[in-house]
Amino acid sequence: MKSLLAYMRAYKKECILGPLFKLLEASFELMVPLVMAAVIDVGIKNADRGYIGRMCVVMAALGVIGLVCSITAQYFAAKASVGIAARLRHNLFAHIQELSFTEMDTAGTSTLITRMTSDINQVQNGLNLALRLLLRSPFVVFGAMVMAFTIDVPAALIFVVTIPLLAVVVFGVMLWTMPRYKKVQAGLDKVLSATRENLTGVRVIRAFGREEAETQAFQEENNALTRLQVHVGRVSALMNPVTYVIINLAAVALIWVGAVRVDTGIITQGAVVALLNYMSQILVELIKLANLIINITKALACANRVQAVLDTQSSLTSPQALGGSVENGDRVTFQGVGLTYKGAGDASLAGLSFSVKPGETVGVIGGTGSGKSSLVNLIPRFYDATQGTVLVDGRDVRDYPVEALREKVGVVPQKAMLFTGTIRENLKWGKPDATEAELWQALETAQAKDFVEEKPGKLDEPVAQGGRNFSGGQRQRLTIARALVRKPEILILDDSASALDFATDARLRKAIREMEGGPTVFIVSQRASSIRYADQIIVLDDGEAVGIGTHQELLESCQVYQEIYESQFQQSERKGESA
Amino acid sequence: MKSQSPQKGTLKKVLRYIRPYWFFVGLSILLAAATVAASLYIPILTGNAVDLIVGPGMVDYVCILSLLMQIGLIIGVAALSQWVMSLINNRITYRVVRDIRNEAFRKLQRLPLKYIDGRPTGEVVSRVIADVDQFADGLLMGFTQLFTGVITILGTLCFMLSVNVVITLVVVVITPVSLVVAAFIAKRTYDMFRLQSQVRGEQTGFVEEMVGSQKVVQAFGREKASLEQFDEINERLRQCSLRAIFFSSITNPSTRFVNSLVYTGVGIVGALSVVGGGLSVGQLSAFLSYANQYTKPFNEISGVVTELQNALACAGRVFELIEEPPQVPDAKDALELGEATGSVAVQDVAFSYHKGQSLIENFNLQVQPGQRVALVGPTGCGKTTVINLLMRFYDVDKGSIQVDGTDIRRITRHSLRKNYGMVLQETWLKRGTVREIIAYGRPDATLEEVVEAAKAAHAHSFIKRLPQGYDTVIGEDGGSISQGQKQLLCIARVMLCLPPMLILDEATSSIDTRTEIRIQKAFQKMMKGRTSFIVAHRLSTIRDADVILVMRDGHIVEQGNHESLLEKGGFYAQLYNSQFDHS
Repeated sequence: MKSLLAYMRAYKKECILGPLFKLLEASFELMVPLVMAAVIDVGIKNADRGYIGRMCVVMAALGVIGLVCSITAQYFAAKASVGIAARLRHNLFAHIQELSFTEMDTAGTSTLITRMTSDINQVQNGLNLALRLLLRSPFVVFGAMVMAFTIDVPAALIFVVTIPLLAVVVFGVMLWTMPRYKKVQAGLDKVLSATRENLTGVRVIRAFGREEAETQAFQEENNALTRLQVHVGRVSALMNPVTYVIINLAAVALIWVGAVRVDTGIITQGAVVALLNYMSQILVELIKLANLIINITKALACANRVQAVLDTQSSLTSPQALGGSVENGDRVTFQGVGLTYKGAGDASLAGLSFSVKPGETVGVIGGTGSGKSSLVNLIPRFYDATQGTVLVDGRDVRDYPVEALREKVGVVPQKAMLFTGTIRENLKWGKPDATEAELWQALETAQAKDFVEEKPGKLDEPVAQGGRNFSGGQRQRLTIARALVRKPEILILDDSASALDFATDARLRKAIREMEGGPTVFIVSQRASSIRYADQIIVLDDGEAVGIGTHQELLESCQVYQEIYESQFQQSERKGESA
Repeated sequence: MKSQSPQKGTLKKVLRYIRPYWFFVGLSILLAAATVAASLYIPILTGNAVDLIVGPGMVDYVCILSLLMQIGLIIGVAALSQWVMSLINNRITYRVVRDIRNEAFRKLQRLPLKYIDGRPTGEVVSRVIADVDQFADGLLMGFTQLFTGVITILGTLCFMLSVNVVITLVVVVITPVSLVVAAFIAKRTYDMFRLQSQVRGEQTGFVEEMVGSQKVVQAFGREKASLEQFDEINERLRQCSLRAIFFSSITNPSTRFVNSLVYTGVGIVGALSVVGGGLSVGQLSAFLSYANQYTKPFNEISGVVTELQNALACAGRVFELIEEPPQVPDAKDALELGEATGSVAVQDVAFSYHKGQSLIENFNLQVQPGQRVALVGPTGCGKTTVINLLMRFYDVDKGSIQVDGTDIRRITRHSLRKNYGMVLQETWLKRGTVREIIAYGRPDATLEEVVEAAKAAHAHSFIKRLPQGYDTVIGEDGGSISQGQKQLLCIARVMLCLPPMLILDEATSSIDTRTEIRIQKAFQKMMKGRTSFIVAHRLSTIRDADVILVMRDGHIVEQGNHESLLEKGGFYAQLYNSQFDHS
């Protein structure tokens, strides 16, 4: 809320002029009944046709001025709300770009996308409405009452009673129904997830022949929703009739009081008509106000959610220039490294120590959740070790400017993600100024040359969002090529060949090994065959290295490795192989 | 927007759903008419009362009092009928929606898998949920509004005509101007809104892509580049949003301006008539309030019409689902397959998902009771196609599949599927407690039986460690338990029924070694003496199989046992050797 005001400061002129013009328009609207009263009391009474004509010109003029004022107000409100929303989106996007992986994990991608899109849209709509109407509606309500007082005090007292009464009904019904509508929404969500569950589990449901039972369960949820809707509807249906009764009874009272006052000669017949007009203006504005408050509450909730993201500080800081000192000649060194993710109870990695020489290949193997990805994520500083130090080229990774560190590393993530554009554009992510030859070279190493050559557009073949128009295996190979284009010193393959068949996987590993000025490679895999020939294999179990060594060494000494290996290559094959 | 006729068709179908509530619909229409008539009569009475308040000493209290009593009575009638009408409309709306949803869901159970596999889950869900909701909001609310709107317009017209023809003409001529203005603005802003939603879609897509792959963006240091790209879209969005929002927001002031012109027009003509003696002051005041009532539905009508069109479009999408041809029903004389012995014969089967794209052709296979069949091939080679055919999720195009010598198309689906135990890699568990999950195939199983099955599936030990043991609720996506544990639950689910034939899908990855070994053991136990089809990744399973089907790109390329296939030196041999290829 407070920060929203800060954004509004940038559009100070619009934020002040918008509501102001709206109030001007409302004032003119409030004058119309008075003019009409004058027509009745003066024009009609004296049969002054000229006067009636002049007054009607005045009324038309009030209408024109009102139109001009209100269009001006709409323009300022639109300009301010759209501009503020754009500014907010820019800041939020820039801010998300700077968040480290830790904060991204906490917030969750889909949440962030919702904040960026629908939440900010809600803020924009709410702001636009607030600028136009937030002042106007109360102004008209109280304006009408004040006008009534200028006409006649006792008659105006009816307004004093009616307005709070109407407000109580309108806002009371609103307050009662709002939390219940949330329940209805929750009921709808239940029906929705029942449908979704039914679709995703269609094979199992039909395999077990449970269609009938599923339908029964769905109908129960659905009936519960219907009952809830009818229940809430019953109360919200009261709003219109009750307000209708109140406003019309007030009119009846006005007529009676008006009759008495006219009889005693204090007010005129025209004044009674004017009072009746004001009464009908009030109800319209109160209902508008109630809706407005719902919208603004929603928008404020959205604004707060956006603000919460903006308030999240990135936990990653890095020096502007290279600092620290070189401690050894190894490419990567882990010294007693431990990692506990934020909010997690248990450590994901603990007491990891090893070092890797330039050009070596390291295999990382272990079950799900054993910490394989966590290990390699520490190298480009996607996360910071919570214990110990990680050295790259003998220097603590925290002493590098983060861009410089990440330039050394080529990462191929588990999930093969490509971006909308062309193959060429995607590959150039690795190195914006890469030459044609470099791109093809990378594709060849990544075993992707053949299928790219077969595409009609070759390097310029379009890539749909996420790379949907390529198969899983093709996507993986393209993401590998993307990492290779930058000729990284360290290449991390995070289980990124899982969709490749064994033969292609083997050819890929061979090609990477034979690369000119071969990078230091980390291969994370579940497949023993993928890492078998690595110079070093790190076996992880529950975040701890239970074995580090070559394939042969581990087969002799590491029980977990033996288990993994055996589960994938049974005894018989091992014999068959040595035979 | 589609042409008129499909909309008419949809409307007819909607009416079919409303028919059971015809009595309430009729009542609702009557009440609407009563409400409108009463609320239109009140300004006349008010006007009459005002006419009795002429000036000092010229007030007829007795008549005013009786008029006010009448007004009070009519207020009561109007309010009551309005309330009852809302209640009825609510009831009709939500019941119709409920009926449509139930029907749609029932249909989902009978749709061929081809339909469900062929489109994203979200799309089908949104037909059953969002579209039906939109339909409820739009169509029935729209109908009420349109209906009361039209009655109000007609009623007002009659009342006005009965009082004064000239002023009525003024109202009738000027009011539609607001419609014209609104339509004019809507037409002009339509393109702006389309542009806005297009740019907005572009931006959402971009945000989804970048934020969704934020880790890649950061790994490649592309933060600045993507912010620049974002800003370019953002600026375009700002400009076209401003235009769309501003120009469309002119509608309201403009129509209100037209209304004030009507008011002024009634004022001048009315006042002149009063002077001329053709009208009383009270009647003038009644006219003024009529002018407001008459114009309001006009302002709303254009909105109502678009809402109605939208609602019909939504209803159309739901009906599309409901009218989708269901799977071929079981033959009338279909057999109930009892406990099968487990012999399966596949004869000259041809199948493809899309006509003209041949996939499986001349597929022949003889499986004796208790034999094991391994399906082997790279990921995405179409191993699930074979499962689809065995379970009759899809029907063969040519040839036949027989179980115990009977064509499976002559057996009820239910009894056929009951004879298969299926454990897939995509582990789907029905939301509920562990006990309910395991007892999915046999809801009447006792706790002892469930525990027995869990023990046999090696799942008992981890279930015991869950917070509430067998009463722990597992959420839609499995929640707190791991992928491997989910698979153990799926095995336990099958263990409890243990049919004579099995379809098993071995885990490729993402399962830790220890669980993997457990799953393996459970599989071994289940397969003993049962005909099994296994999507196999483990060489040991493959070697032990009686028949290996080697698949590639959806086709079955080789068939035989391990030795014979190795000897053949084809694709299987290549796959097998690549495991040990030290290149």
